[in-house]
Amino acid sequence: MHTEIPLSEAAVGQSVRITRLDLTGTMRRRLLDLGFVPGAEVYVLQKSPLGDPVAFRVSHTTIALRKEESSRIFGEVKGGNKL
Amino acid sequence: MNSQGNKRPWDRQQPGKSPSLSGYRVALAGNPNTGKSTLFNALTGMRQHTGNWPGKTVLHAEGRYLHNGETYTVIDLPGTYSLFSNSADEEVARDHIVFDQPDVTVVVLDATALERNLNLALQVLEMSDHVVLCVNLMDEAKRKGIQINSGKLSDKLGVPVIKTAAREGEGLEELKQVIARMAQGKITTRPYRLRYDEKLETKIAELEPEVRRVFGNRLPSRWIALRLLDGDAGLAKALRNRLGKEEVDQSGTTDGSPYPVEA
Repeated sequence: MHTEIPLSEAAVGQSVRITRLDLTGTMRRRLLDLGFVPGAEVYVLQKSPLGDPVAFRVSHTTIALRKEESSRIFGEVKGGNKL
Repeated sequence: MNSQGNKRPWDRQQPGKSPSLSGYRVALAGNPNTGKSTLFNALTGMRQHTGNWPGKTVLHAEGRYLHNGETYTVIDLPGTYSLFSNSADEEVARDHIVFDQPDVTVVVLDATALERNLNLALQVLEMSDHVVLCVNLMDEAKRKGIQINSGKLSDKLGVPVIKTAAREGEGLEELKQVIARMAQGKITTRPYRLRYDEKLETKIAELEPEVRRVFGNRLPSRWIALRLLDGDAGLAKALRNRLGKEEVDQSGTTDGSPYPVEA
């Protein structure tokens, strides 16, 4: 039920509650500053035509991340729309 | 050319400058898209370009305004989400607040996204005692049905909180008055400082006296200790550069606060 998935694998329209960031240094700091903190809810807004980057809505702001980063942010899918 | 013994610590940063001659310095900090440049223009009557793209704010845009016969120089810092991540913009903003120590730092917040904006506000509160929070875009917030209890916010964060709608000119007079009173040392603040876990606090307690021994009370020692513990190489370098440039005041520990708080 409470399976952790990387943000990069969430589908458009899904909400994910962040559990952890598998990143260090400046990039970790940066993402935390942008609102990707444990406990925060992230909504997957849309994917770009080639599938990368993906636009996320976090703390009332839209932020696009590349797979490079989003694959290292983990969370649980909310709302039970998961099989 | 040694410094005179009775000079206050903050004098050495601005040789020959005193508030009555060249006015007070006010820095505007804030996230991107908080209407910071609009506020800057509204305060100074300037028409600096405002627009919506990253890096729009040129480094250190400056303007002036007069208020009750005093001149205030406003510095529009680049819009940033943080003062940690070592982008050029963040470094400029950080260095200005910590090293140039404006008389007042105004943190401009987006009333419709306070949660996000308070991240930067908390950081600035750790860096300076002379902070005013300006909750801007109140017109937009009202339209969205968002109410802000500025009194409560001010109680919790220990600094004045002013609500504005810079586009409409709302709240600007009140903001100018609070800026003036703070610049003149008539407002005592008790900025909210995060308490970290015990392990970290122990290390801060160990390191802070060392920082103070080197820099006296001219720089915010707790904040510097924190940044050093975080392994902030950029800041360490900036500090080293400063040490190289200026003569270190060995008796710094007995100096007063870097902030001219009214006795």
